[in-house]
Order: sequence, then C-alpha cells, then structure tokens
Amino acid sequence: MKAVSIEEAVAMIPAGASLMIGGFMGVGTPERLLDELVRQKKTGLTLICNDAATPGKGVGKLFDAALVARLTATHIGLNPKAQQQMLANQIAVDLVPQGTFVERIRAGGCGLGGVLTPTGVGTLVAEGKREIEVHGKPFLLETALRAQFALVHAFLADYLGNLAYALTSRNFNPVMAMAADTVIVTAENIVPVGVIAPDHVVTPAPLVDYLITNG
Amino acid sequence: MDPQIIIARRVAKELRSGNLVNLGIGIPTLVANYVPSDLKVFFQSENGLIGTGPIPEQGMEHPTLTDAGGRPISALPGAATFDSAMSFGLIRGGHVDVTVLGGLQVDSSGHLANWMIPGKMVPGMGGAMDLVTGAKRVVVAMQHAAKGKSKIVAKCTLPLTSARPVDLVVTDMAVIGFPDGKATLLETAPGVTAGEVLAVTEAELAIPETVPEMKI
Repeated sequence: MKAVSIEEAVAMIPAGASLMIGGFMGVGTPERLLDELVRQKKTGLTLICNDAATPGKGVGKLFDAALVARLTATHIGLNPKAQQQMLANQIAVDLVPQGTFVERIRAGGCGLGGVLTPTGVGTLVAEGKREIEVHGKPFLLETALRAQFALVHAFLADYLGNLAYALTSRNFNPVMAMAADTVIVTAENIVPVGVIAPDHVVTPAPLVDYLITNG
Repeated sequence: MDPQIIIARRVAKELRSGNLVNLGIGIPTLVANYVPSDLKVFFQSENGLIGTGPIPEQGMEHPTLTDAGGRPISALPGAATFDSAMSFGLIRGGHVDVTVLGGLQVDSSGHLANWMIPGKMVPGMGGAMDLVTGAKRVVVAMQHAAKGKSKIVAKCTLPLTSARPVDLVVTDMAVIGFPDGKATLLETAPGVTAGEVLAVTEAELAIPETVPEMKI
C-alpha cells in the first residue's frame, strides 16, 4: 500500500476508465474521490455501482458533471438526471438484480468465471443468457465483473491498509476491493497498526494499493 | 380507516416470532408499525442490516446508519451489519422468512410485476427479483386498484419480477391466496362484500364457501 494525495490518486485514472464505486444511495461512497474526478474532468467513465444516488450526492455528482458513458447498476430511479441521460441515450445502462450484481463482482474478485443464480429466470433479465439446469432446477449463468479501479470508502484504515467499515456504509466496498486491478481507498480515520483487531479487519491490507491521506 | 393502514395491519398478522422479514418501500414499510411489541421479529434492510429500528429522533441520525432508500434509521439492541454479498445470500438463500413488497400487477396464477413500465418508468429492479425468487414466503401489499383499474389481472402485461408466484396478496379490499395455483378470495376487508371485490377484480377469483372478514 502507498499513501497518496487525492490529486495524485485521481491523476492515475485515465478518462474512459472503468470504475467500481462502493456505496448504497451515497452511503459508504468515497465522496472526496468523486469530487476530485469532477474537478479533473475525467470523462467517458464506465461505472459499476449499485445505484445512481441522488443529484449532488455520491456518484450522483458524476452524472451532474456528465462524466458517465456506461453504467452497470441495480436501481437508478431516485436520480432524475441519470434517468434523463439514459432515456436520451447519453449513457448506456445495464440494469442488474442486486443479488446478481454483487455476486458477479464477488466472482470477478474470487477468480470465478461467473455464478449460477435462480434470480431472473423467466424474466427480461434472462434474455441472451445461458440457462443451466442443476439438480433439476433452472439457473442463469451470470458472468464475472471486474474493473480497472475500485474506489472504496472505509471507516478505519491502518497504516498498512487494513480496512474496517461502519454499519450500513460497508455494503459493496469489501466485495469491490477484490475485483479491480487497482484499489484506491478513502477512510474516515487513519489509525496505527493494531487499532483494528485482526478479527475486525474486513479488507486485508494486501488488497489495498493506494490510501488517500487525510487532511 | 386509511386503505394503506388496513393493508399494513393485515400484513402484520402474517409475521411470527423469530421471523426474519424484509419490507419493501411504500406500504410495506408501514407494516413494522403494527407488529405487536411482544413479537420478536427481525427486520432486514438489504443495504446490510438485521435489526432495523424506528426512524431516529431529530439530531440522532448517523450518516452510516440508513435504510435501502438512504434515509436515516436506527438499529435495535442485537442488530447485525454485513456486506451486500451476505445480505443477498440471506435473501436468495432462503433465509428470509417473509418478504413484503409493493406491486403494479399480480395475475391469476400469482405472478408479480413490480419493477418497470416499459417506456415510462425504468428505475431498475434493485433487490426485488432476488427477494421474490428467494424468500420463503412472498406477500404483496398493494391497493386493489389504481385509477379505477384492477391491479389483480388475468395475466400480467408488465414485465414479471420472477417466475416464482407470490404466496399472498393483501389489498385494501381483500386477501387473495393461490391454493393449487389459482387466485382465491380468502378474506374481505371490513364492510366489503365478496361481490364488491369480484366487481372490481379483473382476474377470475375462486370463492370458497365461507369468506371471513379480515381481522385487523
């Protein structure tokens, strides 16, 4: 793990990059990284994130600044700007059931080609996908998802990069921290090694490439 | 009584002590208000919490304790938090005893459509497809009709949420179940007759010999 400033971290992300961004309706989202993406005008981004949050909050800021080209998400109904951009074909949107979304990311981070899920069988979601029967029950083959960068927000990070999360701000962060080539983390608190007990580390340090310095 | 409250009170009667329950947005959220205090029910919020409590008092909110809509909530003693893979493992894996969801249409075979209106409303399915596919028992809480049009239809015209039929539909007029895969009128709301329900229901309903009134 390397500690870097927010400017340095975002400068590593090229325009058009694919990003997994933690958070659920803007809760547990690395807000400072998003502000800096907007400031450095990183356009044409491919986002993999649960939702589009709301205008002005979380990933909603990236839609406000029209930086998004493609989006894989589970629900964007609470962000009218993202809806407008989708209906005007400014962004290509792939909507995925939430359980399938997280399992595809988990698969991507765990070396699996995909997962078999019953969710979506017999619905629009099944279109163009392979249906596979296991023990007499139908499942859809859902393929793994990965990204160039994962932008993760933690409650605690220690000097090595071990991470712990708080309450409902954990959500997709630990799963995404395994599924990208480069993992960049913001943390509410950066603490000495040992403050996070081994049993309470959720994301082990070797997964973290860059920790944004506070202040 | 307010139609939404009739629905919420009746759905609350479906919950048993020890149940793990997921409530959707809208009318389903109200159900928690009508669960008797001696009933130990675990409510799950799919953003990563079991043991959701009431909306906190003003000034007591915390930005990392929210419901699936991103609004502040509280956590009860004994609550547990986890990531989204665990949350949906609970849902898809059959560990959730009851899920209560809103609906746009339910048809005579119990199939639910509740996630999109093509060309009009395409918000995304969120967790709805996993919940209907994986929960042990699926209860739909919705108004019987919208703008004078029956939401209990012969066959769903909107895209289905799951190939798995729901177990129970509770509306402001009736409780409908699907024994043998056929929509059946199980109860009527206070002051509503079976004939009145039939008159506003598009789907064909089987009517048992006795149809009791909802106890709410």
